[in-house]
Amino acid sequence: MTTFNLNGHTVSAGSPDDAPLLWVIRDELGLTGTKFGCGIGMCGACTVHIEGRATRSCITPVGAVAGANVTTIEGLDPDGRHPLQMAWLELQVPQCGYCQSGQIMQAATLLRDYPNPTDRDINAVMAGSVCRCMTYVRIRKAIKLAAERMAGANRS
Amino acid sequence: MHTPFGSIYGTNITPDPKTGIGVWSLKAFTRTMREGVARDGSHLFPAFPYYAFTKLSDGDVRALYAYLMTRPAVSNTVPGNTFPFPLNIRALQEGWKILFFRSGRYKADPSRGDEWNRGAYLAEGLSDCSGCHTPRNPLGAEEARRAYAGALVEGWIAPALTEANPSPIPWTQEDLFTYLRTGLSPLHGPTDTTMTQVIRNALALPVVPDSDIRAMALYFSEMNQAPPDTTNIKATTRRALATSYLGSGQEYDPDAELYASACMSCHYNAGPVPLPVRPELALNSSLTLSEPTNFIQVVLNGVGDTEGAPGLVMPAYGASLTNSEIAGLAAYLRRTRTSRPPWPDLEKKVVAIRQESAASH
Repeated sequence: MTTFNLNGHTVSAGSPDDAPLLWVIRDELGLTGTKFGCGIGMCGACTVHIEGRATRSCITPVGAVAGANVTTIEGLDPDGRHPLQMAWLELQVPQCGYCQSGQIMQAATLLRDYPNPTDRDINAVMAGSVCRCMTYVRIRKAIKLAAERMAGANRS
Repeated sequence: MHTPFGSIYGTNITPDPKTGIGVWSLKAFTRTMREGVARDGSHLFPAFPYYAFTKLSDGDVRALYAYLMTRPAVSNTVPGNTFPFPLNIRALQEGWKILFFRSGRYKADPSRGDEWNRGAYLAEGLSDCSGCHTPRNPLGAEEARRAYAGALVEGWIAPALTEANPSPIPWTQEDLFTYLRTGLSPLHGPTDTTMTQVIRNALALPVVPDSDIRAMALYFSEMNQAPPDTTNIKATTRRALATSYLGSGQEYDPDAELYASACMSCHYNAGPVPLPVRPELALNSSLTLSEPTNFIQVVLNGVGDTEGAPGLVMPAYGASLTNSEIAGLAAYLRRTRTSRPPWPDLEKKVVAIRQESAASH
């Protein structure tokens, strides 16, 4: 029995301590925005935030997040209007869409750490988030657009 | 506690008269602390660090006695130790003591200031830091001539606290204070497993004040008499961070590609200084230690919420990476992030640590 905070609510998972957080979130708690891609932490589709940090939930046992704050794509913004989500819509980033919640969650941590990221920063931090439809060019553009908007919001 | 000689269990020290120390006088308690002899005259095994507690002042021993005697009494008998014959014969400890034990209070060093002496008293007498950080001889005694030279503890390396410490950046008093207080030092890395327990339990607020942590930090930062040389810290940090993006471009080295896929999103730092929440591997002793033990352990088991720096979680890669992949990552990082010689027998070591890790979980 692991108790943690999910998108602002206290939840208790009955799954064993070594159950991957991904399955607890999807199957036990019913939030299916986070996706299963590979199950070994190599594709990024399962990315959630643990204490605000992007982490691969498919290889994080639920026991490791006892008492921690976990955020999924559903909780990134209460209205789904995070600057990244808005930029994703505006630039029509997704094709099939499967990797995109993981991409957005990873990009959110990127912008928190590096509000004005260079191409090298984007390459390095997004390196573990793969997209089979190859929307990388639009992902990069949307990250930079969101960064610009967030910087503008901070200035005003 | 698992020792190379067998398992031993901490006895009941609540004031229960039958199963605890309820009928112990202050004199009996003091003899135990100072000499390692129980109330009934039997010798205690040095798993109980009487060799450290012997340094405590009379006032502190009295205070410990008063504290323990005012806890609620609990009736509980622990299992006996599992030492094989003849190691379990307590009378033989007399011989061990003749060889290795010197009783005596801590003597302040007049050439050092108050803060240093306070740190030394706490480290040597109470916290028993050398209990993990000093190697032991085959009879389980600390090697006095190699004090704080580092040792293997519960499958992890407790690094040397002397000049031999392999951190690329020297530990200043401020670094050590931050590390001992929070479990994280930005230019060194986070703590893990056993040391986390020390920091979050034994050294925690509100019991241990900042001034005591500062004192211990001073003592260890001046372990070799002089304060550490800080002139090269900026240059070393810059050089380390220059390697941080390696692997993020087009790569033909499969180990570099694997690093980029599995690790870089969290471990990359843009510079000029690492972000505290982005443990910089090029500054981490797990890559510069002479053995890859700590690196392999972290990759296999990750760092949970109750370990390491509060709020930082690293997933476990034991189930997703093969032994040869972990060995490949270790070799790649050792080669590109440090200027140390390559680690030999990496894959064998991954296999061994994986087995040991599985056995103890």
